Parts: sequence; C-alpha cells; structure tokens
Amino acid sequence: MQEVRRVISVIAMNESSVLARVSGLFAGRGYNIESLTVAPIPKSNLSRFTIVTKGNAKVIEQITKQLNKLISTLKVIEQDEMVEKEMVLIKFSSNESLSDIKALCDAYNGGIVNAGENSVIAMVADESKRIEYFISAAQRYNPIEIVRGGVVAIER
Amino acid sequence: MKMSGAQMVCEALIAEGVTTVFGYPGGAIMNIYDAIYKQDGFEHILTRHEQAAVHAADGYARATGKVGVAMVTSGPGFTNAVTGIATAFTDSIPLVVISGQVPLSLIGTDGFQEIDAVGISRPCTKHNYLVNSLEELPRILKEAFYIASSGRPGPVLVDVPKDITAEMGEFIYPKEVHIPTYKPSYKGNDRQIKKAVEAIMESKKPLLYLGGGVILSNAGELVREFANLTQIPAVETLMARGIMGYDNPLLLGMPGMHGNYSSNMAMSETDLIISLGARFDDRVTGKLSEFAKYADIIHVDIDPANIGKIVDVDYPIVGSVADVLEKMTSLLKHHVNPDRYQPWREILTRYNELHPLKYEDSGEVLKPQWVIQRVGELVGKDAIITSDVGQHQMWAAQFYPFDRPRQWINSGGLGTMGFGFPAAMGAKRGVPDKVVINFTGDGSILMNMQELVTASEYKIPVINIILNNHFLGMVRQWQTFFYDKRYSQTDLSFQPNFKALAEACGGIGYDVTTKKEFDEALADAIKQNRVCFMNVIISRFENVLPMVPAGGALYNMLLEHKDK
Repeated sequence: MQEVRRVISVIAMNESSVLARVSGLFAGRGYNIESLTVAPIPKSNLSRFTIVTKGNAKVIEQITKQLNKLISTLKVIEQDEMVEKEMVLIKFSSNESLSDIKALCDAYNGGIVNAGENSVIAMVADESKRIEYFISAAQRYNPIEIVRGGVVAIER
Repeated sequence: MKMSGAQMVCEALIAEGVTTVFGYPGGAIMNIYDAIYKQDGFEHILTRHEQAAVHAADGYARATGKVGVAMVTSGPGFTNAVTGIATAFTDSIPLVVISGQVPLSLIGTDGFQEIDAVGISRPCTKHNYLVNSLEELPRILKEAFYIASSGRPGPVLVDVPKDITAEMGEFIYPKEVHIPTYKPSYKGNDRQIKKAVEAIMESKKPLLYLGGGVILSNAGELVREFANLTQIPAVETLMARGIMGYDNPLLLGMPGMHGNYSSNMAMSETDLIISLGARFDDRVTGKLSEFAKYADIIHVDIDPANIGKIVDVDYPIVGSVADVLEKMTSLLKHHVNPDRYQPWREILTRYNELHPLKYEDSGEVLKPQWVIQRVGELVGKDAIITSDVGQHQMWAAQFYPFDRPRQWINSGGLGTMGFGFPAAMGAKRGVPDKVVINFTGDGSILMNMQELVTASEYKIPVINIILNNHFLGMVRQWQTFFYDKRYSQTDLSFQPNFKALAEACGGIGYDVTTKKEFDEALADAIKQNRVCFMNVIISRFENVLPMVPAGGALYNMLLEHKDK
C-alpha cells in the first residue's frame, strides 16, 4: 500500500496530559509525526491539535480510530479538503543585504518582523511546500537560525 | 457532609457498591488506609504483593462481571501494580486502581517514592487521572467507575496525592457522569446489520468466531440461542471458552496456534466468518495471507479500532455483541434455513473424526491432559477454573469441559505468568459457592507464591494444581521444535518442596504421582476447604498439540511430534 501524507485535526479537552496521550499514542504504536501543533480553542475548554503524519491507508485509518478512542478526544477530522498554512521565522545577520531579504520575503507574502544591531528576523506564513522553497532560497543569505511553526489547518 | 479526601474515596467505593478491595498500604496512601480502618462498608484484603492485589481484583471482576478495585501506594507500590493493570487492559477487564501519590507540592521534585504513575500507566489503562484538587475527586471517582465498565471495558487508574486525602471538604457524590468526549455506541447500525443477516442467509459455510467480548457483554445466552436457531457451527477463542457449553454439538473447539483440527480447518474453509467480540489476534489467525481466504467477514465489535485493524472486513458493525445479536436473531428468526448449512456441518464433523483432540495416556506417569479431564469429571461445572500461562494453560483450554461464560479465567492477551493464583483468590471472593481451581505450572506458581499467606489468612480456599514437569514447559517445547533441543534456561529441576512451602504458609500440600493419589488429594482438598498446593508430577516432555508454528498457516498443523 502506498504511503500518503495526511493532515489530521484533533479536538480534545484542554486538560493536563492530553498532549502526552496524543503523542504517546503515536510513539507507542509506531506512527510517524511530521509536525504537531496545539493551541486552545477560544471561548471553550477545548484544544485543537493539528498533526501531519505519513502512512498507508490502513495506518491512517488506525491513527484516526485510535485518536478517537482516547477518552479526552471530542472529534477527529481527517479529510482531503483542508486549507493548511505553516509559519517560519528566520534570523539573518545584519551584514546580509536587508533589501534582498525583504524582496525575498515579499515574494512569499512575508516580511521583516524584527531588526536589531546584530540580526534581522524574517517571517513567512504559507503552505508547507512553499515554506520549504522559501527556506531553500534563503540559504544564500546565510541564515543563523530557522524555526518552523508546524502546520495548522482548517476544513474548507 | 464535610469529610477528608480519604473518607471521600471510601464513601465513593461504598456508593459504587464495592464490597471487596484488594490492596497494600504505604506512605502516600496512609490517609486512605486510616479511613478504611474506620469504615465497615467494604472488606479490604491485604495481598502480599501489589501485583497480586491487581490480579485478584481482576479475577474478581472476571468471575462476577463487576468492577474490581485495587489500592496501592506510590512509587514501587504503583510500579508493582503495572503488570496487573496491563494484564487487565489487554483482556478488557473493568478495574479501578487507586494509587497514592506524593503531596502536590512534592510532585516533580523526585520525592521519596515518587514516580510518574499516570505517565507510566498511560499506554496500559483505558484512562487515568492525577487528582489535582479535592473538588474534582468525587467526579473523578464517579467517572473512573463509569469509564472502566462501559463501552469496551478496561482498567482506570486514579492517582491521588497525599495532601488531597488529608484535606477536608464537602462531599457530594455525583449521580451521573457527564463526559462530552466519551460516548460508546452499543446499538450497531441497522442497515449494516441487515446486510450482514443477508450475507448469513446466502452463505453456505458460515462460522461463528466467538471472542471474549461475548462474555464482557454478557451475551452468552444470546449466542447459544443464535447458534441453535441457525445451526451455525462455532469456534471459541481462548478468551471465550465456555460460551457454547462443551457438550454443544455446534461447538468445534478453539482455533489458533493450539486449536484443534476441525476449528482451524473451519477457519480456513469457511465462506463467512461471523466474528463476535473477537479481535483476530495473531495467535488465532496464523499467517494472515492464508487466513480465511475464501471468507467474507462480519465483524461485530464495540471498539471501532478493532475493526479493520488486522483483516479487511466486509460487514463492519460497531456495537455491543448483545445488542447486535438480538437484532440479528429477530431478523433471522423466521427466515433462516438451518438445513442449508447441513453439508458444511457434515464436513466439519468428518474433520473432527479424522483428527480429534487427543493425547496418549500412560500407566506409568501422569499426563497433564488426564489431570485436567479428571478434574472436569469430578467437579465439572461446580468449579471456576483459573490458569497461569504456559503449557498447562493451553491444556486446560483444550481439555476442560467448560460449561458457561465466566467459568474460565486466564490472562489471554498479555500472557502474564503469576496471574492464576491471585486471580483465583479474587474469583473465590466474588463467587464463594464455587470450588476455585488454579491450573498452574512449576514456573508460573513461583511468580506469586507469596499469596499463600494471604489465602491462608483470609481463608480463601484456592486449589492450586501444579502440573509439574520440572521445565518452563512452553519455552522448552519451542526449544525442542525450533531450537534443536538447546534447553537454554528452561530446566527447573531445582525446585522448592512445594508441599512444605504450602504448609509453611498455613496451607495444605499434596505430592501426587499417580491417578489414585490425585483423586484422593482432590477430594481431600475440596473437603478441607483451605488453600493448597497440589504438586502433580507429570511427564516431562509432553507437548501441546496440535500446533501451528508461529507465522504458519492455520491449516498446517503439527498434529503429533515423534522424537527422533
């Protein structure tokens, strides 16, 4: 069976150890996590997890079922029709060409979010694939540090 | 009413109808033990090891169908309990385990006897809680019992910090639980059920594949009714022995690695598997690509994650066996034609005549199969049978005449040696009017032998029949078959004096080497009504047969083993 990349959203109670339950399930059953983000859902006692994983259809089905089985899980959303975005922060030395970096960020709907004596920080939010292109294009300006935020997604 | 957290724990247990708690005290749980001292709503049985406390609660739950309760302290008390919790988890047994924890202010400081109990038990509990405040304690206890016993049952751990058990507060025990994220479904989809029923009517070679879920959902009677109505033959997994009744002509036996010939051939040749509360364990299916090649599969399970996990399913039905079967029975009632399956039944009868379950008895040395059959003849349905893990477990599953659900108690999923004796104590406490017999081996029994003391003190007359071949027999069997007889670390020739051991702890011991001695010992053990060790010396190199070698196809069974 063919491996596919899948974005799975989990709505679960916002209580201690829920993150451990979710990530422990992946570790214990040998599923793979490419990225995982968690944040509370406003005006509720719930959290939303966005998990990017890989596996064949059978594995993806088991992941969904096992996530659903957790007592703290309200809902698991696993479908093709997701709008997904990821954020990245990149720190450059101030010795690099600021205007070139600015131009590169513009091409990816991003910008410079902080500029200090020694470094500047750029931010871009886009689809994961585009974030990868951005990171590779940024290599020529000798990035000091790259921080990816992980995927967040919402159903269309 | 104002009371301490410790008292709340006791009051909650009483409100849940708990009459027996198995446990072991220690520093972090002392407040609760102080409250236990002052109450008389339930009995506390002090086992001599925390693992045994959990197994005893487990045996109690399996024998009665109620939630079993165990209590342990923090740190090593809890880690000792983990094997018991995992055993219950793998077999879906409803337990509430209450563990002490260091005070909230000490959590995270590597305090004395501090261990991350919820972290360790997360993968082997259905759910677990670390109680963070006194206010949430009653709700958590209520939820723990509900979660343990509803849906697919399982153990729930409640870890209670010591300061919370000392704190005073208002006790209001909730009447109902409200968990918006947990709604098990029992009913089963009507359309799917209808389709499954149509498949049954069109099938020529249907087979009931019965698992432990039938027992957990108390559907034994319904299954018998269904089988009698349709005249569809049945196999029972290790967890399901007793559902059909040993003398039911529709019962073929147990399938899988040590299943009998007709059961495994039925699994291989059926055109429709009706799986009720079973989960296609690797010990049952053998080589997957060869498993039930000609069959469509109806899979009824209360846990959706079990469906499609191992095999592809044609008719998935999420629901309790009891609810779904009731609907199936009423749909089939006036439409099914039992004669349709007559040729299939005849094939299976011939298979059974061709290779019945058998063993060669001996005039010189006791055979384990004879011992088990003999117990069946002498006490039969008046007994509850537990077992440890190994050859004796398989022989008991093969040869004991099980008559009803909950008569047979063993660690099927995790395969925990040391389970049998404490589980038997729990079963006896739960069902005192039955004789409780634990079939065990000379390996397994030593893993919880300290419970002799508990059983003596509390007068729990468990009869331990040690089928003693001076080997870790099952591993020895594999070494004989697959490792060229290199008996690495399986020779148990060095042994304790089992008779003296039992007597030293307040029980009775018997040394048995002949049939006559066995009959006398069993009669005496039942009469004496005290815990005993019956040291039964059996033939050393007896093998469990048939055997499907691990990873082999079910229809390729070793039916006999001739020593070269």
